[in-house]
Amino acid sequence: MAKLTIDGVEVEVPDGTSILNAARQIGGALVPPAMCYYSSLKETGGKCRVCLVKVAQGSTKDPRPMPKLVASCRTPVGDGMVVQNLTSPEVLEARKGVVEFLLLNHPLDCPICDQAGECDLQNLAYEHGASTTRYEGERRTFEKIDIGDKIKLHMTRCILCYRCTYVADQLTNERVHGVIGRGDRAEISTYIQKAVDNDFSGNMIDVCPVGALTDRTFRFKSRVWFTDPKDAHRNCTKCSGKVVLWMKGDEVLRVTARKDQYGEVKEYICNECRFEHKKVSDWTVEGPRHIDRHSVIAQNHYEKIDLQKLKKEVERQLEFQRGKQLPENEIHS
Amino acid sequence: MLTNRSKVVVKKEMNFWERIYLPAILGGIIITIKHLFRRKATVRYPETKRYISDIWRGEHVLKRDEHGAERCTACGLCAVACPAEAITMTAAERKKGEEGLYREEKYASVYEINMLRCIFCGLCEEACPKEAIFLTNRIVTTDYDRESFIYGKDKLVEPVDNRIDVTVRQTQAVQEFKQHKSFSHNR
Repeated sequence: MAKLTIDGVEVEVPDGTSILNAARQIGGALVPPAMCYYSSLKETGGKCRVCLVKVAQGSTKDPRPMPKLVASCRTPVGDGMVVQNLTSPEVLEARKGVVEFLLLNHPLDCPICDQAGECDLQNLAYEHGASTTRYEGERRTFEKIDIGDKIKLHMTRCILCYRCTYVADQLTNERVHGVIGRGDRAEISTYIQKAVDNDFSGNMIDVCPVGALTDRTFRFKSRVWFTDPKDAHRNCTKCSGKVVLWMKGDEVLRVTARKDQYGEVKEYICNECRFEHKKVSDWTVEGPRHIDRHSVIAQNHYEKIDLQKLKKEVERQLEFQRGKQLPENEIHS
Repeated sequence: MLTNRSKVVVKKEMNFWERIYLPAILGGIIITIKHLFRRKATVRYPETKRYISDIWRGEHVLKRDEHGAERCTACGLCAVACPAEAITMTAAERKKGEEGLYREEKYASVYEINMLRCIFCGLCEEACPKEAIFLTNRIVTTDYDRESFIYGKDKLVEPVDNRIDVTVRQTQAVQEFKQHKSFSHNR
């Protein structure tokens, strides 16, 4: 076990854990953002450089600071390590720079993009980035590619996080796409538009942090914030069958896997669940999906609330009314 | 008692002068006659029309760009910003050959504003990232049934040969931004 402090908060984690995962054990605002790391895919991380943190003290044995900012998703913890994330202006500055780099070639077509509203890059740029660009060159553009009849690839929007290639590697038995080219010429290759027809290929839509890979069956159907997400399940022989239905009225517009608070899928779903079952009668609807209240999707979205939590929230507000500082929020997360 | 203007009601017997009501009636007549010589608060519409400010928030317009293509991409930001939930839209994908009709690869195939719900707050105009929707100094005309107040694209999109000038509504910063022809937004 190793004991380390992140932004002054102490946490004990097993040896070999990455700094990012240690921070996620604490939770809250001090968790570094991540665009390429994906906890349920092996070997991911280390590409986008968004999760950079400052290690002010390597360990108790070797208290020297690390010479440069490190990628927290790939750096294992040490006993007595002191990590700075939000408390270090250097890290925030670097992160702002990284966001600017990620946005260099990213088109400003959020009004058109189906990912808008649930896009990791959008959130990241909003929180950490500058509102203007200094880049004056031409953005690189590509033709849109249909990968099979269910998935659309907008290479222009890709930030080269490589998550989808890991999906192809690890979830599907036969790898059919990867990355060709290097540096600024790198692009997702689909084996010359060969259809990706594995049972789990649809998961590359979910793992894509931007709108590069989108669901063709949902293309331009509705903006996500006008849909009503509901947890649902069905008996599926291939996967867990636990999904989120994105509904409009009685119509199922889209089916996705369930993402956790870091936008990561833990239980992947098969293509049959994702693309074939677009009727409510195919599913057992459990109830409204929990949506973060800061998300635009939370517009007109109502959830059942835990009465115990509600009581706590009322007490919290009463405390606030008595003129004390607002205690830590639990109900809205 | 917030304004100190409330009067306590006293129920006392009226005296003789109060009971014949004549002074009170005369007082009323004097007020009426005074008003005859005041400036009139109304105008004789429709012969004379009141001046409407250039930045008056009236009927909406969906703008076209310089080449006549519709600017709206059905991004839904106006609808999500709308406090009265008056705006609905359906998006469609632009087909090959329609580049002159629609500016972006997605466009609104249906775009409806319910003018009865609309409170003319102008938040849709503010939310629009594509300079597509503007409020104008036109007044929404009256009608006899509710259905005709649901304005579709036939009423909202400006005609190609009869453009509506909205430059007065744009701030200096926007005007300055539009000078840079190299920005993709202005192309």
